[in-house]
Amino acid sequence: MTQKTLLSLRNLGKQFSGKTVLDSLDLDIADGEFITLLGPSGCGKTTLLRLLAGFEIPDSGTIELNGADITALPPEQRPLNTVFQHYALFPHMTVFDNVAYGLKMEKRPKDEIHQRVEEALAMVQLGEFARRKPHQLSGGQQQRVAIARAVVKRPKLLLLDEPLSALDYKLRRTMQIELKRLQRELGITFVFVTHDQEEALSMSDRVVVLQSGKVQQKGTPREIYERPANLFTARFVGETNLFPGVLEQVDEQRITVNVSGYRRTMRRPGFPVSEGEGVHVLLRPEDIRVLEPDADHGFAGKVVERNYKGSTLDSVIHLEDGTEVLASEFFDEDDPAFDYRLGEPVRVSWVEGWEWLLPLENGGVPEDQAANA
Amino acid sequence: MLRGLRQPFRTGVLLLVWTWLLALVLAPNLLVIGASFLTRDPGTFLSLPVTLENYRNLLDPLYLEVFLHSLYMASITTLVCLLIGYPFAWALSRVAKDRQLLLIFLLIVPFWTNSLVRTYALKLLMATNGLINTGLMELGLIDGPLRMLYTEGAVIVGLVYLLLPFMILPLYSVFDDLRRELLMASHDLGAGRFRTFIHVVIPLTLPGVLAGVMLVLLPAMGLFFVPDILGGSRNLLVGNVIKNQFLDARNWPFGAAAAIMLTLAMALLLFTHRLSQRRLGEEGDV
Amino acid sequence: MTRWLPRAYLALVYLALYIPIAVLVVFSFNDGRTGYRWGGFTWRWYEALFTNDAMMQALWNSLWLAVSAATLSTLIGALTALALHRYRFRGKKALKGMLFVVMMSPEIVLAISLLSLFLLVGVQLGYFSLLLAHVTFCLPFVVITVMARLSGFDESLPEAARDLGASDFTMTRTVLLPVIMPALLAGWLLGFTLSLDDVVVSTFVSGPGYEILPLRIYSMVRVGLKPEVNALGSLLLVFSLLMLVLSQWILMRSKR
Ligand SMILES: Nc1ncnc2c1ncn2[C@@H]1O[C@H](COP(=O)(O)OP(=O)(O)OP(=O)(O)O)[C@@H](O)[C@H]1O
Ligand SMILES: [Mg+2]
Repeated sequence: MTQKTLLSLRNLGKQFSGKTVLDSLDLDIADGEFITLLGPSGCGKTTLLRLLAGFEIPDSGTIELNGADITALPPEQRPLNTVFQHYALFPHMTVFDNVAYGLKMEKRPKDEIHQRVEEALAMVQLGEFARRKPHQLSGGQQQRVAIARAVVKRPKLLLLDEPLSALDYKLRRTMQIELKRLQRELGITFVFVTHDQEEALSMSDRVVVLQSGKVQQKGTPREIYERPANLFTARFVGETNLFPGVLEQVDEQRITVNVSGYRRTMRRPGFPVSEGEGVHVLLRPEDIRVLEPDADHGFAGKVVERNYKGSTLDSVIHLEDGTEVLASEFFDEDDPAFDYRLGEPVRVSWVEGWEWLLPLENGGVPEDQAANA
Repeated sequence: MLRGLRQPFRTGVLLLVWTWLLALVLAPNLLVIGASFLTRDPGTFLSLPVTLENYRNLLDPLYLEVFLHSLYMASITTLVCLLIGYPFAWALSRVAKDRQLLLIFLLIVPFWTNSLVRTYALKLLMATNGLINTGLMELGLIDGPLRMLYTEGAVIVGLVYLLLPFMILPLYSVFDDLRRELLMASHDLGAGRFRTFIHVVIPLTLPGVLAGVMLVLLPAMGLFFVPDILGGSRNLLVGNVIKNQFLDARNWPFGAAAAIMLTLAMALLLFTHRLSQRRLGEEGDV
Repeated sequence: MTRWLPRAYLALVYLALYIPIAVLVVFSFNDGRTGYRWGGFTWRWYEALFTNDAMMQALWNSLWLAVSAATLSTLIGALTALALHRYRFRGKKALKGMLFVVMMSPEIVLAISLLSLFLLVGVQLGYFSLLLAHVTFCLPFVVITVMARLSGFDESLPEAARDLGASDFTMTRTVLLPVIMPALLAGWLLGFTLSLDDVVVSTFVSGPGYEILPLRIYSMVRVGLKPEVNALGSLLLVFSLLMLVLSQWILMRSKR
């Protein structure tokens, strides 16, 4: 992406009573981007947002917005707004007054406030609800008021902390589309926090994976999913089959890997490799193919679970060495070979070139092999 | 009826409870209302004819002055309690949660201890040769003892001392409910501390203020023993008037009318409180 | 904002609340004849207290009244709370309303209404009238304490008991009673203390034949200062404090 940088975080650190919650974090956010922070509970997502909003002051590092240092600016003076997880609508004010609040604080003329609030409410399709109190609205409607209240100020940046987590599944889907539309129309940069990977992958331009206050990977949803930078990201985002492998032959372009006795030749990965070393072979369930038991390649195993998921059929296969493999195949009614029964012996293989290799972490051998040796 | 026989336990319980409350709450209250419209009788306490005389007597300059003075002292008491209690409740709600429990416990200890004894303790401090005067004189800050006892100020100090926890507890409960997220939202939308206080904190803590006022203002007019101990004969409360009318002057109808006024004042306050809660969209339940 | 300012303020208010109490306790041991100057330590006032027959009689009267009023109000209050919690019946709101009125209305109004009733119906003023009055003003507090306990309790337990064949009464005895037991104890202690400390209502509904402690104190402190009152007040304070600690301890322990 070559867009102009809107927000840049340099070496940002935060501790709570001696415990490091954010660890020298660097991040650039481009203007107009939809960026999502993804990570397990307690990894520091909310803390990062609170630092951006100004509710906390970092222990180290700087926050720059459009080149200006805002690290120590109080929240009311930052040109960015927050959509709170539980909406934080003022219960004593009507929907209209809630949305108008920020503009009143800017001391805008009455006419302008009126017009802008009505526009904002129309935008979230709540025009008729202006006179109601928050408690007279449904969860989804309250959510939209919270969004209208934040965007009516035309912030450069909108911070959203799990804004959809209180909604039921269907409403969530609708609001995801709605939010995406709003973001496109308004051209506001969104920093979005979610627990839901599917949400993160489907909505974002870029995803930042955090763990223990450190950035594990930043990239487009596709990069994150298909080319995870390390084992943490691979395991955290999506379902993963991890096979321990040993490099048997390393050429200029290609390498041969022995995965529990099953040899495959594949493209040489980006990291340095040498013969005799171990690697992780990473396969998403949809990379896996389930073959007839008499197929000439693949691991032998038994089907132990089959789940029909509408468009796909998910299976769990028990390999002979005890590993479980998850496979997800597109449903094809016409394929007779597709219909395996539980307990039936099969072979498991994967589509050529769809594997992803990761180096061993801590420099050791893969755990499973170490156990076998 | 049949149902009553089938569920003897339920019937028995309800019967007992209803009887008690009807006989000892509803009936006496109706009696007081009735009495306030009757005429004084030295022998049987009450007699016909029905009259509005008692209410008219409330407006008698002599009593009116006592009532207004009582209302004045009660209002000052309430105001002082509010001024002390509001920041106190705020500060309390910001203390770490585990320590809050202990602090609240310390606050309700007085509620459990004899209020006469505590009023008397104030007398120890404020008497002419009491601890404050001797202390100040020994420090050389004053030459002769200050007159503190038997003044309006003494009554107000006594009332504040007894009633402060009743102001703080409802205030604490609204501050405790006040979600930090709302304050953050206000800052986020561009309001500084002062404007957040005016537009968000005050409106949201208003029900607590009203509840506190209710719990302080009315008792502050009824606690007759406080002026008796601290205030002398010139700083009477409505409670003293009612007590005198019932126990000394034996003018029940007039005492009842005074009590009814007090009750009406309470009803009015309750009503305002409900209204303010409804404005916040909370369900006010008992 | 600085952190110490709110704390200092809290400390200041607590000091103001507790200094008079502390002074009272300290001076109950004061041997000084001139009132407010420390004149050495003595048990004199406590001895005077325990050798004063009228005082002792009033103390026993008060304790007996408090025990009986607390017991009766706990019994009735618990049943009321159960009825409010478990049954639907007509007039439920009215019943709640009456309890609310008792709790909210100024004590003095309750006092005169009960006095009017007793005199008109011809109840002799004395132990019995005091008992009825004390039970009445303790009742709402017990109801609230028990209701609070009941509301945080799994609704399906009573249903399960009924399902397993327990009658309404048996279920109440075997399931609900154990659950509300801590609240009953706390309610009893609260009622006991309220009764022991009451001045306003008792002033109206007590008779000459049955003198109780608060009224005796009242007549003593109206005129001048009496060192015995320091001693008596200190004893009452310690006693109330014990009660409070006990009841909080019961409630806390039952929460785990
Ligand atoms: N005010 C605070 N005082 C002390 N510790 C805190 C404070 N705020 C957050 N923490 C700690 O910092 C860590 C990160 O918290 P944070 O709220 O940022 O996590 P999160 O990623 O948002 O988690 P979740 O997904 O559960 O919301 C946690 O271990 C939390 O306990
Ligand atoms: Mg969070």
